[in-house]
Amino acid sequence: MLGPNGAGKTTSISLMLGLRQPTAGRARLFGLPPTDRRARSRCGVMLQESGTTSVLTVREIVDVFRVYYPAPLPAERALSMAGLTEQAGARVGTLSGGQRQRLYFALAICGDPDILFLDEPTVGMDVEARRAFTASIHTLSGTGKTIVFTTHYLREAEELARRIIVIDRGAVIADASPQELKARVPGKKITLVAGRPFAPGELDGLPARVLHVVGERASLLSNEPAAVLRELFRRGVDMVDLEVTGADLEEAFLALTRRSEDAA
Amino acid sequence: MTASAPRPAAGPDVAPLGRMLWAQTWSELRIRWRIPAFSLTIVALPVLFFTFFGLPYAKHTLPDGTSLGAYLLASFAAYSVGSVMVFGFGIGVATERGLKVDVLMRATPLPPYIAILAKVLNALAYALLSLVILIGYGIVVGGIRQDLTVWLDMIVRLLAGSVPFIALGFAIGYLCGPNVAPAVANLVYLPLSFASGLFMPLSQLPGFVRGIAPYLPAYHYGQLGWSALGANTERLPVSLAWLTGYTLLFLAIAVRAYRQEESRKFG
Repeated sequence: MLGPNGAGKTTSISLMLGLRQPTAGRARLFGLPPTDRRARSRCGVMLQESGTTSVLTVREIVDVFRVYYPAPLPAERALSMAGLTEQAGARVGTLSGGQRQRLYFALAICGDPDILFLDEPTVGMDVEARRAFTASIHTLSGTGKTIVFTTHYLREAEELARRIIVIDRGAVIADASPQELKARVPGKKITLVAGRPFAPGELDGLPARVLHVVGERASLLSNEPAAVLRELFRRGVDMVDLEVTGADLEEAFLALTRRSEDAA
Repeated sequence: MTASAPRPAAGPDVAPLGRMLWAQTWSELRIRWRIPAFSLTIVALPVLFFTFFGLPYAKHTLPDGTSLGAYLLASFAAYSVGSVMVFGFGIGVATERGLKVDVLMRATPLPPYIAILAKVLNALAYALLSLVILIGYGIVVGGIRQDLTVWLDMIVRLLAGSVPFIALGFAIGYLCGPNVAPAVANLVYLPLSFASGLFMPLSQLPGFVRGIAPYLPAYHYGQLGWSALGANTERLPVSLAWLTGYTLLFLAIAVRAYRQEESRKFG
């Protein structure tokens, strides 16, 4: 589940887990209400806004959580998958932010759940922790687990997901495979500085979406940057500076949202 | 959203509740023990108070023949159990809410009533520890003698009657944030104990305090402790009726605060 901050990712996860009640419609997990203990026993959860007691050790708290589930993983396995084997004896209060995030991952998987809900799992992880996390996700999905996770990084979604649901302001904008989604999102950003200020309408009719124009500066989003530039040269636009980069997610979203608003 | 993944082995759907309760209680005990501010104060404060307010009168007797030392030991025993409940639950619940422990726990298969039951068992264990140390201190240092059955009777009555203070602790824990809860718990519980005659017999207190004491929960709770010595000044059913009434009142406040937070947090 991909979307900018405030898109409704956490709210969606909360509804699926029965932590919030929908104002309309209903949520079902394994055909059961998400608050049912049989449903809860089959899912593992990593939430953003949550904590644990600080005076227990990593191993102790993982052991307590394992008792909540009917067929838990061995504690050593959960700890090694989370990359916490060395910190097993450390008190939770002494962990760094990244290690704490790994602890929440260990708590999510220790019950050997069939479905995992991970809300912004990589926030606060360093590069190495992120790599270990990616490997664990691939291992888990390889054994048939369903993994639902939220992120606001397009790259992370591309790397890990088979299906990406883009949401913004509480609505689904797109639901597709990473490949399809990439084809639909303008992939390149063209930033240019002209020799003189742009005239109104001068950038109309290009195979691109105009992000903004201020004086002689303009930025555009497009999947065909070469065609855009060819057309600009043909129109005789005099360029002082030019940059073509990969579009970042924020801008890609903007393009998608505007498209859906145009359609409406 | 539905996900279908068949369980490979036909194991049980859910984990046994008994094991959950045991593991949860044991971890609560360890958590409390590792917070010296809690474990030390609940054990040391009643002993300290008894040393100042009780020991000097250990060898005196009341007009009805009851040992004043035993009477005061029963008073501080009541104070001690009440303080474990009010401080343990009040500060404990407020702290957990501050750390947002409750948010993650709500998403696990651990039923909330098992979590609460574990907290109650944990508090009863610490109350028992506190009572054994206090009474042992009274016997060894104060030379206060009663039959063992009297002490056991007192311990059972006080533990069984502590429910209103558990409810009061929950009310404070859900009404206050983690920084405010300790102050509120002290401001409520210390004057309450004093005005109920737990620190010194009511006959020693000013007239207006004697006037309000019979309306306070700790007064009726103290009666449970004194009743083990036959020194209670009201009939036991009357004390129990008052304590039940206060339990319902505090529970109503706690549930109201809990629901308000619930709708704010999880809407």
